[in-house]
Amino acid sequence: MTLLDARGLAKTYPGERRIRALDDVSLSIAAGETLGLIGPSGCGKSTLARVLARLATPDAGSVRLDGLDWLALSGAGLRHARRRLQMVFQDPAAAFHPRATAGGAVADALRIHRLVPRRDRPEAAAALLRQVGLSPDLARRPVATLSGGQRQRVAIARAIAPRPRLLVLDEAVSALDASVRARVLDLLVRLQAELGLAYLFIGHDLAVVRAVSHRIAVMDAGQIIETGPAEALLSDPGSPLLRRLIAAVPALHRKDPPV
Amino acid sequence: MTSLATCDRLTVRYPGAARPALADLTLALHAGEKLAVVGESGSGKSTLARALAGLLPVGTALSGAIRWSGPPPRPGRDIGTVFQDPGASLDPLLTVGAHLVEGLRAPLPLGRAEARARAAALLARVHIPDPERALAAWPHQFSGGQAQRIAIALAIAAGPHLLVADEATSALDVLVQAEIVALLRELCRDAGMTLLFITHDIALAGTLADRVAVLHDARLVEIGPAARLLAAPREPYTRALLAAQLDLASPRLVGTRP
Ligand SMILES: Nc1ncnc2c1ncn2[C@@H]1O[C@H](COP(=O)(O)OP(=O)(O)OP(=O)(O)O)[C@@H](O)[C@H]1O
Ligand SMILES: Nc1ncnc2c1ncn2[C@@H]1O[C@H](COP(=O)(O)OP(=O)(O)OP(=O)(O)O)[C@@H](O)[C@H]1O
Ligand SMILES: [Mg+2]
Ligand SMILES: [Mg+2]
Repeated sequence: MTLLDARGLAKTYPGERRIRALDDVSLSIAAGETLGLIGPSGCGKSTLARVLARLATPDAGSVRLDGLDWLALSGAGLRHARRRLQMVFQDPAAAFHPRATAGGAVADALRIHRLVPRRDRPEAAAALLRQVGLSPDLARRPVATLSGGQRQRVAIARAIAPRPRLLVLDEAVSALDASVRARVLDLLVRLQAELGLAYLFIGHDLAVVRAVSHRIAVMDAGQIIETGPAEALLSDPGSPLLRRLIAAVPALHRKDPPV
Repeated sequence: MTSLATCDRLTVRYPGAARPALADLTLALHAGEKLAVVGESGSGKSTLARALAGLLPVGTALSGAIRWSGPPPRPGRDIGTVFQDPGASLDPLLTVGAHLVEGLRAPLPLGRAEARARAAALLARVHIPDPERALAAWPHQFSGGQAQRIAIALAIAAGPHLLVADEATSALDVLVQAEIVALLRELCRDAGMTLLFITHDIALAGTLADRVAVLHDARLVEIGPAARLLAAPREPYTRALLAAQLDLASPRLVGTRP
């Protein structure tokens, strides 16, 4: 069943550089599916994520999410529907209230979406932090004093708190070491199996994107240039760009590390 | 080999913290080398970067010592720093050009026009498209990976002896990453720069660095030549880190269809 269907999204940033960040982008994501999104730095991935999350307005195009005319929603209707799509930002430092604590940020997400009665919130927030591998002692710490990877994990805990239907993950595991990352990826895959969550998984690490995605879309200069099943696409890339990306992967991530 | 700096039993405890973020760390940074630091999230990598750059928050308790072989370096001039969060390197109220021109003119005797031309050249070196126009733009008008590269351009502007780069390529696609790695290599080779390169990507550490240091739980668990450390890690934690690394042949975590 199609969960998200975006058609003809376009966005040009005004100003002297007039960058066409989205140029007729269409994509769909099924319920319970992970679509990986890769492409060179500056090709428009975060812009697409922000448009889907209603944080930026496209110049053209339409989006249906869960049967709703997503871009037409506003006011109370949007507030009500927002829970369905959550996002983890590429720059988690900027995505928190300056004085927020780790536990407070997660509890707040539970409060806004009225999911857990007030007295159960601290416990629920601590459980979410544990799920992303953070010790509950971190709950009282200001987010600003956490390490980069700890902060990224608080952002993930906060985004899964409202049990969304679609989670947009913008480079959400790119500051995590391999062992912590493995744990977070396992969590994402488990939540998907249990709750039918769908992901738009933006990343630059092809090995990671391949491991978690059902399908992968390749973006270049504001356009999606190819889409296909993850494994098939990477073993038989159609575009020169994807071939070059695969060839530039550092040795240890290759199939045949040159010793 | 001459050392540029030595950490001698360095212990760092943030204000109010129950445990030190770095404990008893002894490590020599050789002049001209490329040293990669890898390790678990929260293990103290950024703390080491801040300690070397003299940028620990006030109230942080420090014991042990960092000894410099020459006169203590001047931040911004002798040490360039790229922070893990590029937002922290760039002031939202200054254009990209203002950042770079200021970064160039503070230490170097340059006229405004000359500094501007150099600034554009720096942006070109980190592969920012349309450098001339980019000078007039604001930090928030760039993508995450572009902001990282602007932060790198700013950090190398004054020709530092030591560049401390904290996850400076973590948001870059592999093609741009390879260009940045080539640039850093060139700066070390031609200008004698020393590089402390913090990364979670142990494969990248292996390609770029001469030596790799592994941190775990505030401690240095292993340090050695990059090739040896990757091929024959001695410590269980390093082995675990290498084993958890995904490659293009790893078992996938999901099926072919939802
Ligand atoms: N607010 C803005 N104003 C003007 N231009 C912008 C703005 N935000 C992004 N851009 C430009 O739009 C293009 C796409 O940016 P976007 O952040 O979507 O890229 P990205 O694919 O996420 O890149 P990265 O991998 O580096 O994060 C870039 O060229 C960027 O410079
Ligand atoms: N200002 C601070 N106050 C209190 N504790 C801090 C502060 N900054 C960092 N810490 C703690 O010190 C420890 C080491 O943090 P550091 O940022 O050095 O880790 P890191 O190795 O860089 O991790 P990451 O890979 O996640 O960025 C962490 O447990 C962190 O929560
Ligand atoms: Mg981005
Ligand atoms: Mg760090």
